[in-house]
Parts: sequence; structure tokens; C-alpha cells
Amino acid sequence: MSYLELASISHYYFNEKHCTHALDNISFQVEKGHFISLLGPSGCGKTTLLSIIAQLISPTEGTIKLKGLPIDQHNISIGYMLQQDYLFPWKTILDNVCIGPKIRREWVTGDYDKAKALLAKVGLTDVVNKYPDQLSGGMRQRVALARTLMTDPALLLLDEPFSALDFQTKLILEAFMSAMLKDYQKTSLLVTHDIGEAIAMSDDIFLMRANPGSIHLHIPVPEHVRNLSPIEARKHPEYHQLFDQIWKEMNQLDTENDASLV
Amino acid sequence: MIPKTTHPSYDVYLQRLAREKRLIKCGQFIIFICFFLFWEVSSRLHWIDPLIFSSPSRVANLMVRYLLDGSLWFHMRITIFETLAGFFIGTIAGIILAFFLWYSKRFSAIVDPYLVVFNALPKVALGPIIIVALGPGYSSIITMGAIICVIVSALVVYNGFHEVDANYIKVLQSFGASKWQNFKEAILPASLPTIISTFKVNVGLSWVGVIVGEFLVASKGLGYLIVYGFQVFNFTLVLYSLVLIAFLAALMYQGVAYFEKWLLKKLR
Repeated sequence: MSYLELASISHYYFNEKHCTHALDNISFQVEKGHFISLLGPSGCGKTTLLSIIAQLISPTEGTIKLKGLPIDQHNISIGYMLQQDYLFPWKTILDNVCIGPKIRREWVTGDYDKAKALLAKVGLTDVVNKYPDQLSGGMRQRVALARTLMTDPALLLLDEPFSALDFQTKLILEAFMSAMLKDYQKTSLLVTHDIGEAIAMSDDIFLMRANPGSIHLHIPVPEHVRNLSPIEARKHPEYHQLFDQIWKEMNQLDTENDASLV
Repeated sequence: MIPKTTHPSYDVYLQRLAREKRLIKCGQFIIFICFFLFWEVSSRLHWIDPLIFSSPSRVANLMVRYLLDGSLWFHMRITIFETLAGFFIGTIAGIILAFFLWYSKRFSAIVDPYLVVFNALPKVALGPIIIVALGPGYSSIITMGAIICVIVSALVVYNGFHEVDANYIKVLQSFGASKWQNFKEAILPASLPTIISTFKVNVGLSWVGVIVGEFLVASKGLGYLIVYGFQVFNFTLVLYSLVLIAFLAALMYQGVAYFEKWLLKKLR
């Protein structure tokens, strides 16, 4: 039995004039501790899929099971990281990190120490009483990671969390995040349109196509690339091979899509 | 910390800045003096009718007399109280209404046409009805001050609620936040600047409501003095009240402006 199971998820968006088919019959399974990437062009429903798994919206059809049980029957927390950090500018870093347990009404007195320990773990010790605008983009995204880990999420959903950062910070943060998540044995889903990022970070890649959003290909990342850190992985010859392969697939999808639109 | 550096032309820049400030203050002072001087002189030389336009010296004399016999403070106190009460009630009711509009989309859709009508309606036209309904006293005047700003602040604040980045809500919802928690943790703090900006507008509006209310019904207060002065053709009294109102309204506006600065600094 897999840790996370998506069974024929379909989703439609309704409004007065249209009924848009956003996701079509998506099924896949994720093993515990694995890192999955959903790779695809913009508009292929990646973010919709994440929102469904995060239970922010409920799918029109299909079920999601976690450890064999429908996901809404668990009292678990699911971590969600967005394109930007979305730290609350009027709260201190410490209060930002502590927001999860407070919202979930699970606040215990030891949580301040836990938050400080997590901040230390992400390499930020002397910032607890600072405000988000006093931190750099990379630091803020690390605070956002600490905030997400604060509720011990059973599942981590990453919606292009590195896309707003400059390239160097992005590489450093990828490596850092990858190590952290391995350390904490977190099962994670990353949404991205960056082929390199998907290969460097994941165990499995699902290539998605648009109109309607569906899984086009399942691409396992070769064993010896998986076990490297993202920065090392980018140097591996098989990384480049895989990059080319995915690049061609995505171009092909693009031309098919263009042709169908004409 | 950025190390302190300096440069010879920085001093020149600071001097120029200080000079500019002095010039502006100077200009403002000159306008002030000229206005009252011209008023006084033209009244004494009968360029304008002193019976209608009075003169600064007569207004000042009246002010001193009323200050000494206590009636200045008496009337001023009443009007200030009514204005502040109208301002607070109107603003707070507006924010609460904005909360309900935000909380329930259906509610907001249902009341939308009524809000449009009520917002477009000149609220002072409701004066007679309010006075008949609540009786000629403080309560109807305060209601006038409040009703004039409640809808417009509700609409502005509601708009502010909608402009808050939806991703903050997404963060909170991923932790399972309730609607009230969304409001408390993200919507309200993020729209505080909008809320404070309505304070500034409402100070002016509640003065309008209260003065009109006093015109209609009161037997004390600065608005009453204006109407009374008008009826007995004592325009020194009218101008005296007007000067006081201008001064107090400006003072309240400044008070709110300082409060805004302080709060924004606190919120950074």
C-alpha cells in the first residue's frame, strides 16, 4: 500500500459562462519519504492539483487516500509552500513560525522552543524578534519552511517555492531543502516548470500536459542521480541525458497543443 | 548597520533643505497675516459691510468675553462631544458592516442595491426624520454625525478587505484556519492602513453631520450659535463659531493624522 494515493482525480471549474475542464483522470501513488515533481507548462493544472491535495478545494471526481484512508478523515496537517514566502509582515519571525499550531489550536508552551530550534535548523538564530522585511528573500523562504515544518506535516506541497528567488539563492535553497526533507523523512510534492529543478530534487517526475491537465508521462529519476545533492546532480551526465529527454517531450507537447488550438 | 559617511556637498544639501522649509513656513505665515489684516482693514474702511462680515477684532473681543464667562467652553464641549461620538459610532459601525459584507458573499450580494441607494442619498436629508424619530437631543445629532459616514466607510473598508493578497488566506487555510481566523490574522491587520485612511475622511464628514444636526434642532453647540447669530443678525457670533469650528476640525484631523503615523510606524 502506498503512502499517498490519487485515484482518478478530475476537476472542473464552473462559472456563469464556462465550465472549464482543469484536470482529467489523474492517478498516481507516492511512497513514504519520496520526493515527487509535477512538471508541466503553465495552465496544466499543477496548482489546482496541489490545492486539491491540500484540501483547499474538493475535486469534482476522484478520491485521495493517505495511508489507505480518505485524506479528509485524518486529523493531519499538510504543509503548503507558495511561490513567495507570504510571511505576515506585521508579525515577528517567531510569531510567523508559530502561526500553524496557533491556528490549529494545538498551541503548547514548549512550542516557542520548538520554533527556535527549527529556525536554528534552517540556519537562522538571531532573527526571532525581527520582522520579515528585515530579511533577504532566501532567508524569508527558509522561515517559511520552518513555519511549514512547525506542524509536523504528513505531506509537504511545494508550489514553485524557488521561482521568485535569484538563481544562486535558488540553487543553495534547493540543496538545503532537499537535505532537510531527507533528514525529516518528509513525503513531498513539488510543482515546477523548471526541468532542471525537477530532476535535481526528485525521485519521480510526472510530466503533465494541458487542456485538460493530465499526466503525460511518469519518469523515474535514475538511482545514482537521486542520491546526489541537487548541486551535484546537476553535474551528472545522466542528468543532462534526462534533461534532453524531458525537453524534447515538452516541446512535442507544446507543438501538439499549438496544433490543437489552431 | 550602514556606516555613517559624509561629504561636503551633503551639508550644502541639508542647508538647502532647511532653507526650503523656512520659505514654506514663511509663505504660510504671510498668507495668514494678510488674510486677517485685509479683513480688518476692509471692514474698518467699509469696503465690506462690517455688519455682515464683522472683523477679526470684533470676533476676538467676543472670543475673549465668551472665554471669560465660560460659554465658549460650554458650547464647544457639546459640539466636540457630539462630533467624536458620531465619528466613533459611524466608523465602528462601518467597519462591522464591512466585516459582514466580507464574511457572507450572499449577504453582500443581497444588500448591494440598498447600499448603492443609501450611499448616493444625501444623508443630511434624513435629518428631519431622525429628529422626529429620536427626539430633539444629543442622540439625533450624534446619529446625524454617525449616519453620514457609516456607509461610505463600510464600502471603502470592504474594498480594502478584498484587496488583501489571497495567498495570505491560502497560507492560513493550509493550517485549517476558520473564516474568523482568516479575518483576525490576515484581513484585519493587512487592511489597517485602509481603515485609518477612512478615519481621516470621517472626521470631516461627522463635522458636517453634527453641524447640520445642530442647525435643525439644537439649543446649544457651535452649529446652534451659527443659526442663532444668523437669526438675530449677529454675524460676529456666526464668524466666531466658524473660526472655532475650523480650528477644532483641523485639530481633530491632525490628531488622526498623528495617530495614523504612529500606528503605521508600529505596524511598520
